[in-house]
Amino acid sequence: MKLDSRIPSGPIAQKWDQHKFEMKLVNPANKRKHHVIVVGSGLAGASAAATLAELGYAVTCFTYHDSPRRAHSIAAQGGINAAKNYQGDGDSIYRLFYDTVKGGDFRSREANVYRLAQLSVNIIDQAVAQGVPFAREYGGMLANRSFGGAQVSRTFYARGQTGQQLLLGAYQALMKQVGSGAVRLRPMKEMHDLILVDGHARGIVTRDLISGEIESWTADAVVLGTGGYSNVFYLSTNAMKCNVTAAWRAHKRGAGFANPCFTQIHPTCIPVSGEYQSKLTLMSESLRNDGRIWVPRNAGDGRAPNEISAADRDYYLERMYPSFGNLVPRDLASRRAKDMCDDGYGVGSSGRGVYLDFADAIERLGEEAIRERYGNLFEMYERITGENPYGQPMRIYPAPHYTMGGLWVDYNLMSTIPGLHVIGEANFSDHGANRLGASALMQGLADGYFILPYTIGDYIARHAGDPIAPDHPDVAGTVEGVKSRTARLLAMDGNRTVESVHRELGRLMWDNCGMARTATGLRTALERIPTLREEFWEDAKVVGGGGTLNQVLERAARVADFLELGELMCRDALAREESCGGHFREEHQTPEGEAKRNDDGFSHASVWGYTGEDSAPVEHREPLEFEYVTPSQRSYK
Amino acid sequence: MNLTLHVWRQASPDDRGRFVTYEALDVEAHMSFLEMLDVVNEGLEERGEEPIAFDHDCREGICGTCGMVVNGRPHGPWKRTTVCQLHMREYRDGDDIWIEPWRAAGFPVIRDLVVDRTSLDRIVAAGGFISARTGSAPDANAIPVPKAHAERAMDAASCIGCGACVAACPNASAMLFTSAKVAHLNLLPQGRPEKAMRVIDMVLQMEAENFGSCTNHGACETACPKDISVDFIALLNRDYLSAAVGRSG
Repeated sequence: MKLDSRIPSGPIAQKWDQHKFEMKLVNPANKRKHHVIVVGSGLAGASAAATLAELGYAVTCFTYHDSPRRAHSIAAQGGINAAKNYQGDGDSIYRLFYDTVKGGDFRSREANVYRLAQLSVNIIDQAVAQGVPFAREYGGMLANRSFGGAQVSRTFYARGQTGQQLLLGAYQALMKQVGSGAVRLRPMKEMHDLILVDGHARGIVTRDLISGEIESWTADAVVLGTGGYSNVFYLSTNAMKCNVTAAWRAHKRGAGFANPCFTQIHPTCIPVSGEYQSKLTLMSESLRNDGRIWVPRNAGDGRAPNEISAADRDYYLERMYPSFGNLVPRDLASRRAKDMCDDGYGVGSSGRGVYLDFADAIERLGEEAIRERYGNLFEMYERITGENPYGQPMRIYPAPHYTMGGLWVDYNLMSTIPGLHVIGEANFSDHGANRLGASALMQGLADGYFILPYTIGDYIARHAGDPIAPDHPDVAGTVEGVKSRTARLLAMDGNRTVESVHRELGRLMWDNCGMARTATGLRTALERIPTLREEFWEDAKVVGGGGTLNQVLERAARVADFLELGELMCRDALAREESCGGHFREEHQTPEGEAKRNDDGFSHASVWGYTGEDSAPVEHREPLEFEYVTPSQRSYK
Repeated sequence: MNLTLHVWRQASPDDRGRFVTYEALDVEAHMSFLEMLDVVNEGLEERGEEPIAFDHDCREGICGTCGMVVNGRPHGPWKRTTVCQLHMREYRDGDDIWIEPWRAAGFPVIRDLVVDRTSLDRIVAAGGFISARTGSAPDANAIPVPKAHAERAMDAASCIGCGACVAACPNASAMLFTSAKVAHLNLLPQGRPEKAMRVIDMVLQMEAENFGSCTNHGACETACPKDISVDFIALLNRDYLSAAVGRSG
């Protein structure tokens, strides 16, 4: 596997402009003859499909939802960062770049992050032009708020529904192209494999979720915007259908998978309430702007929170990190909450929770101001828990949320398979080992609106070949493969439900490859996962047929891939003998319990190549070079 | 608590469909409504029976995927709440719960509780957008938008496209959905240039999709999990009228 990152030469501030100039262009009159497949319709997929169509390409966009608007980007709450410096508080492209590289614990590519920071300003312009109703000040100008890991106010937001509004903007742009015929929209079709012809990505195979039909689609290039894989943990903040299948199928066809162990555990989620729990609900990180996190000073203090006096409370983040306080990055906030609960200070019936308290903010600003900022979040909390957060503190606990790892891509967002481009959360992206809040929306839209539509032109101009006939042996062979795998799943008639296997995998991953990892725990998981995978294929059961809507079959196909991915995550976590960002190996920590990086040994992206069912994956490395931001021990004290 | 569920089962669009009764045992008050159904479904799967098909995804009330009529009410009894956020502490031991799909000519049933809502996407494709070519936008602060206008547009833009308004309407009209999208965009200065065309095209598409007409019942507003106001229907009517007059003139 050759890892050529194709980072342009020259000063960092000019790399992207220079690169755009050097890329080959496709003659506008020829673009309509070139066909691009976009899989996924979230922020990255919808914005890419719409923009590619505007440019003149023939685009087909696939989603397993009934509507592109359902993609999980819709659930992002807090906001989107942009280096607009509208607040005049010292923000700049360079500062956003710096914060993101540092926040990612020096495990991302400088050139990509700089480009992301540059494009952040264009995203806000684009979104406003589309009618995204961002929060505004009375003078009519855009409002901002601050977010974890930053000391400037650069986050744009639309109440607690920023992802929804940005996705609707991209979705509307996409539907305009669908209406005009420039994009063919194919809802309720899930990608099950990638078609390679002469080593290039030339199409996909899908299963229609309603009719069960397995179909092939060919094109000049394929784009995956298929999201992250936190559902490997079973319980996560991801939507129920989020899965790794498209990315994993591409991996098995030769796309390198980078840093699979880099997962983000979000600090502010509603704690688990019982065995039947199907998913975890995130409460926006923006709550940490006004909420104060604490636990009782005395372990096992069973009093109601309002009866615990200030002297008996430990506002541990403010105590440990006086300059960032409750706004430390997510990985730190999560780990400290876990420590507190491990040490017996946790609250709630399970003891796995800490308080997020708004009493001071309500006293300072009034309940109305808090309602305006967070009203919908407070309502959601009350609906789920039956507790009123205006009157008593919320209980929160960390939960798997975002995956920084993903398919490896070069500066052009192309994977190690020529022609296969990967955007948004699905790629290994710009967030290094930890993503800062309000940066996922930024990255998905930067990739989809402003990067991929241009870089893919360079690939098409250089490589576009002849159309592929539907009966081409590589097409027919891939279709046959999907058909036989589907038949194998449908034939499963054991004793366990698919759900029970997924739940067990999730617990295994959470215990051994979650917030804190050890070599012993990872080895345990690495032993258990292959057995669990065998149990799945031998003893799980899929009821129903293949010719209709069959949600059990859908889940089974996804769980089968999670069972393979989980093993790779543990392998990656074991190989990375250091702690960085969201990857915390207990063996590698500072005396204060902070992540201790090993820059000499691990300043690289680990890129795993698939070698077959029965052989171990091979690790390749892309070294990371830091010319502008000198790696240092992150300090938020 | 133990509950008796009467669930609409329909194998395919052509199947006539029927209610089937299931016992939901040992339901906990902290469960969400969909988690209660998950447990019932896992029991069915264990017995080799096909589980109840229902659509859902984010389970946070924002994606708009879930939707079913619970005891005659779209999304169930809680105000401003999608069915995924409804929790079982609402119910008491021994309760009967009737569960049905959205019923509307514009939303054909696919299977059990899952319906086809692509008609709503086609309404958006007809005009529910602002044409702004990527990269062509002026600076985001170039056009100030009064806070009150932005807030009102946001109220309308909160629509999650779940279709509860259609399911609640005795005419199965999609006016609340359509008006929310028209209002969101028409209330903003960026949406003005296409205002007249947008409202006409979207209303024409809505009519082509087998949705009924609005006769001002207001059941849509009551059912809406996002509290979208029927005032937006008035706004649509005003914009439609002025656009129609403008067009004929």
